[in-house]
This record gives sequence, C-alpha cells and structure tokens, in this order.
Amino acid sequence: MGMVIDPRLNIIDKRLYSIKRLIGVSGGKGGVGKSLIATVLALTLSRLGYHVGLLDLDLSAPSAHVILGIESVYPKEEKGIVPPVVHGIEFMSIVYFTGDGPAPFRGIDISNAMLELLAITRWGSLDFLIVDMPPGIGDAMMDVIRWMKRVEFLIVTTPSKVALETVKKVIKLLTELKFPIIGVIENMKIRESSLVKDELKKVAVPILGEIGFDIKIEDSIGDVNKLLESCFAVEMREIVLKSPEFKLQLK
Amino acid sequence: MHEWSLAEAVISTVIEASKGEGLEEIAKIKVKIGELQQVDTEIFKFALNEIAKDQGTSLLRTMKIEIRTERAIFRCRVCKNEWTFDDLFDIDEDKLEAIHFAPEVAHVYVRCPLCKSPDFEVVQGRGVLIDSIKGIGAGKETKGR
Repeated sequence: MGMVIDPRLNIIDKRLYSIKRLIGVSGGKGGVGKSLIATVLALTLSRLGYHVGLLDLDLSAPSAHVILGIESVYPKEEKGIVPPVVHGIEFMSIVYFTGDGPAPFRGIDISNAMLELLAITRWGSLDFLIVDMPPGIGDAMMDVIRWMKRVEFLIVTTPSKVALETVKKVIKLLTELKFPIIGVIENMKIRESSLVKDELKKVAVPILGEIGFDIKIEDSIGDVNKLLESCFAVEMREIVLKSPEFKLQLK
Repeated sequence: MHEWSLAEAVISTVIEASKGEGLEEIAKIKVKIGELQQVDTEIFKFALNEIAKDQGTSLLRTMKIEIRTERAIFRCRVCKNEWTFDDLFDIDEDKLEAIHFAPEVAHVYVRCPLCKSPDFEVVQGRGVLIDSIKGIGAGKETKGR
C-alpha cells in the first residue's frame, strides 16, 4: 500500500504552465474581504485587457461565485475540465460540484479536492491566475504553496489588531519560505489610523494601498457591472494601476 | 472525457519515475481505479495508450497496462459503520457526476446509512493511483517505488 504513487501531483506544473503569474490572495482571518478583493482584482485585470483566471480554493466557504453572480454555469469536459468564461474571466470553483449544499470537508478532503481541481482543470493561456486562498495557514495553505511553486501573494488585512495578529504570522511564514509577497492591501478602512503601517514596518512588505469601508458594496454583490462601479472597485483599480508590483503593461 | 486528464497525469508520472529510476523501457504499469470516481475503464485505457503513443519515446513502446478497480469503502467517524459504493444506489446521476469530478464532494451528497453523519472517511477506492511501474533499466528491474 505504501508504494502507491498519486499521479495527480505530477501534472500540476503542466496544468499551470501556460499561466504567466499566479497570485494567491490571502488573509489571516476570515471576513477581511479576501474573496471580494480576489474577485475584483481578477475582473479589474481582465477589464485592463489581460487574460485572467480566478480559482476559488476556499473550499469550505467558496464565495467568489456569489460575488460574480453566477448561475447555471458549468465547466466543459474536454480532456479534463475547461473552466467556463464568466464576465471575461476563466472561473473555477468547487461549487460547480457541490451546488449549494454544505461541504463538511476534513483537512484531508480539502487537500484531495484541491489536488483534483488542480490536476484536471485545463486553463487557457493566462496572464494572471488569481487564487482566492483558504483563510489561515492550515493544511490547505501548506498544500497550495507546495503545489503551486510559482505563487506570489497579495495579503489582505483590515485596520484591526485582531486581523493583523494573524496577517503578521502569514507574512512571516511566507517570507521564511521565500515566497514573493506582492504587498498588503488594507481593507475596510473607516478612519485614519497608522496601525497597519506601524505594525508592518518590521516585516518589510509594501503596503499597496487602502480601501475604504464601502457601505453600499452589498448592493452590488452578484452584479458585476454595478460592482465595478462601486467605490470599492474604483479604489481597487487605482491600487492595481499605481502598484509597480503588478508589472502591468497597459494595453 | 475527464478520464483523459487523469490518464495524462499517469503517463507523466510514469515518465518522471522512470527518469528517477534510470529505466530504459517500461514493461508494465499497474493502475488502480477507485470505484468512487467512476472512471470509465475503456476510455481511460484508450487514453493511456493514445497519450503514451503521443509521447514519441521508446520508453513506453512496449508498455503493458493493467487496470484494476478498487471497491469503494466508507467508514463513519461517528458510529464506525462501514458501507460500500453499492449502498449509494439512491443518489441521482447529477450528484454521481459531481463525485466523478471531485470524489470529496461525496461529503455533500452521502450520509452514513446508519447514523446519517456526513463525517466519514473513504477507506479505499477513492480515485486513480499507480500501484507499480515495472521497467527494464541499466541491469535492474523496478517494481513500485
């Protein structure tokens, strides 16, 4: 039994080969706006003329499909799984298979399901694959950095000591493991505060920008056009455009 | 044709393993298919052969492929009850297809027949695994790894 080889591990590099950059959007805690930032980042880059994919790897609580307002979309089966193009981006999520049922996955199940998705998904030629990462630094995170060796990270935090406590740990871990960190986005800012700046001084990671708490954002969840006009998306777009870390060559 | 991507993974792994072991020719591979994933054996075998041919390497020229299906066995973590794939007879086609793509999705659709818990483990028969790779190398024969 101990001699068996799992063939899926070997094919991941090939599946990701035609993707120029892999960006994992990670946050310490849940609820910091990681999925919204990942989804709007994908949409923004796509609207700027790039070929973009979005992979929701938050398997226990997938939500990118809710933000995108996806219904009755299913991947195509063609020598693997070809993700459907939704609002201009190639979108892959476990939700195609779980529907709206709860998925009580253990760590081993999450690892296995992520591995399966990575092994069978056939992405097109992409400039960016944005990955909505699972929260925290558990099994799922450790697997992703083992399997997606080229992944760079965009870290999301809120101006709260509670969120920052874990964000700092995520940054320290990724730095120790020598994974590139594009930078940190401070989300849901409600007042002037230098907390994030002060706290992150010690870890030498650029703060790309801040996004104000958008009280109207909820009205545009599920409506991509409305979403892209929201204050949230406008601020996100400014951050993307002004941050050299994204290495954009505007088309 | 999701079988194709799994077959591609198998061939890629075999080639990689043969490099590590210094094999010049692969005589035989044994592949185990977990019942839960419901892989179509005929398509899978056809895909393995086609992909092997496409590699254009003498390494796989005479490779024999042995496929066996492993029964799926589930065990409830709560009440320790065990059951098999045959017990899933009341699950509809769409759900079985979802399980085919990602077997873990079984946790959404399958419950312990005894205590109705979704907290079970797939003891065996989940998906595709390579049991052994037998090759002819520089004077050595390799089985497994």
